[in-house]
Amino acid sequence: MEGKSLEEILREHPFLEGFKSEHIRKMAEMALEVQFGRDQIIFREGQESGLFFLIVSGKVALEVSAPGRIFRVQTLEAGEELGWSSVLGEGGKHFQARSLETVRALAFEGARLRQACEQDPSFGYALMRQLLKVVAERLQATRLQLLDLYAPRAAKLI
Amino acid sequence: MSEVAQATLTMTRARVLAVEKETHDTFTLTVASADAEALPPFEPGQFSMLYVFGVGELPISISGDPGDPERQVYTIRSVGQATHALVSRRPGDMIGVRGPFGVPWPVKAARGKDVLVVAGGIGLAPLRPVIYHVLRNRDDYVRLLVLYGARSPRDLLYRKQLAEWGRAPDTQVLVTVDYGGLSWRGHVGVVTTLFRQVRLHPAETVAFICGPEVMMRYVVRQLEARGLAPEDIYLSMERNMKCGTGFCGHCQLGPYFVCKDGPVFSCRQMQPWMDIHEL
Repeated sequence: MEGKSLEEILREHPFLEGFKSEHIRKMAEMALEVQFGRDQIIFREGQESGLFFLIVSGKVALEVSAPGRIFRVQTLEAGEELGWSSVLGEGGKHFQARSLETVRALAFEGARLRQACEQDPSFGYALMRQLLKVVAERLQATRLQLLDLYAPRAAKLI
Repeated sequence: MSEVAQATLTMTRARVLAVEKETHDTFTLTVASADAEALPPFEPGQFSMLYVFGVGELPISISGDPGDPERQVYTIRSVGQATHALVSRRPGDMIGVRGPFGVPWPVKAARGKDVLVVAGGIGLAPLRPVIYHVLRNRDDYVRLLVLYGARSPRDLLYRKQLAEWGRAPDTQVLVTVDYGGLSWRGHVGVVTTLFRQVRLHPAETVAFICGPEVMMRYVVRQLEARGLAPEDIYLSMERNMKCGTGFCGHCQLGPYFVCKDGPVFSCRQMQPWMDIHEL
C-alpha cells in the first residue's frame, strides 16, 4: 500500500473517521494487509470466516447463490468495509464476497476485535457505533432496493 | 388569440428524423419542424407536449442538447398506449409539438460551482440537457459529478455517452444498478450508495435531481446530511401533467401547478409538500 504505514492507511480510511489516535493505533496493531486477485472468492455464504475487512482499493461484489444462478446484490469499494458480521462473532457469512478487480484491504480477526472492545469500552463504543452506522446504511439501502423504484408503474403490484 | 395562448396552445408540426432504441422499453425520438419556422429554442429541464395524431398528447421532457435547438430530442419509456404509439413512429412520420413549457434547471445559479447531477431511471433524460450545457460551457463550472442509478444493466440509458462524459476533464460519472447479473462488473446498490464514492464541497455545489419521488427524498436527505443547503438542491417533479399550461389542474401540488410553476423546483419550495401522504 505504497509505503504507507498501517496507521497512516487507517487514518485515511473513512470507516475510522473521528476515531481517536489511540484507537487507530489499536486497530493498526491488529491489522493485516491482504490482497485478492480478480474474481477470487473472499468468503462464501454460510462460511465461518472470522475476518472483518477495510477495503483500501478495488471492488468487491456481495452475492447470493440460488439454484442455477447468482444474484449480485451489492458492491463495495475503496473506503468501505466488508464482513461486519465477523465482529459480532455469531453464525456464518450472510453473502458470498467476490473480488471484481484486484482488491487491497486490511483484515482484522473478529475475535481479536471483540476482545479489544471488551478490554477498552471507549474503543468498543467507537467501533460499534461505526459498525451500527454501516449496518443502518445497508438496511436503508436494502429497503430502497426492495421498493423497486424504477419499475414501470403498470408492472407494480401496489 | 392572444400571444400567450398562441404560444402555449398552438401546435407545430414536426417530422420524426430518427427513432433510437435505448433499452428494451425506452426509445429516443429526434424531431425537427416540418414547416419553414424552426421549433422554438428550449432550456435544460423544459418539456414539450407531443401529440400522436388520433391517439393522444403527452408531456415529455426534452433530452437533447439545448445548443442544438433545431433538432429536438425526447427519450420516452413505452408504458401505455400513447407512449407506445409515440415510440412506434418511423423516420418521416409527423407528430404535433407544443411548447417548450415549464421552469428550467437554474444552470446559471451553478456558475462557478460544482454541478452535481443525480438521476434515477428515466430521470436521466431531463437532466441530459444540463450535462450538455455544462460540457458546452465548461469554463463556467468547476466539477461535473453525475450519479446515475437504474434498475438493472439492461435499463441503463445513454451507456455510450455515460462512458464518454466520464472521460471529460473534471468530470466524474458514477453508475449503479439495483440488481446486477454476473456479467455486470460495475457498481450494484441504490443510487444513494454512490455518495460514499464522491467528495462534495457543500458550499460550492448545486445539485439537480430527477427520478422517482421516493428516490429524490432519500437523495435530498443524503445531500442535507453532507451540508448542502435546500436552496442549492433542485428537483424535477414529474406529476401527472396534462395541459402544460396550468389550466386543467391535473398536476397541482400544494400551491403549485407542476407544468407551469415547475417541473423544476428548489428543495426549499418542495420540502413542505413532499412528505404529505396522498398529495
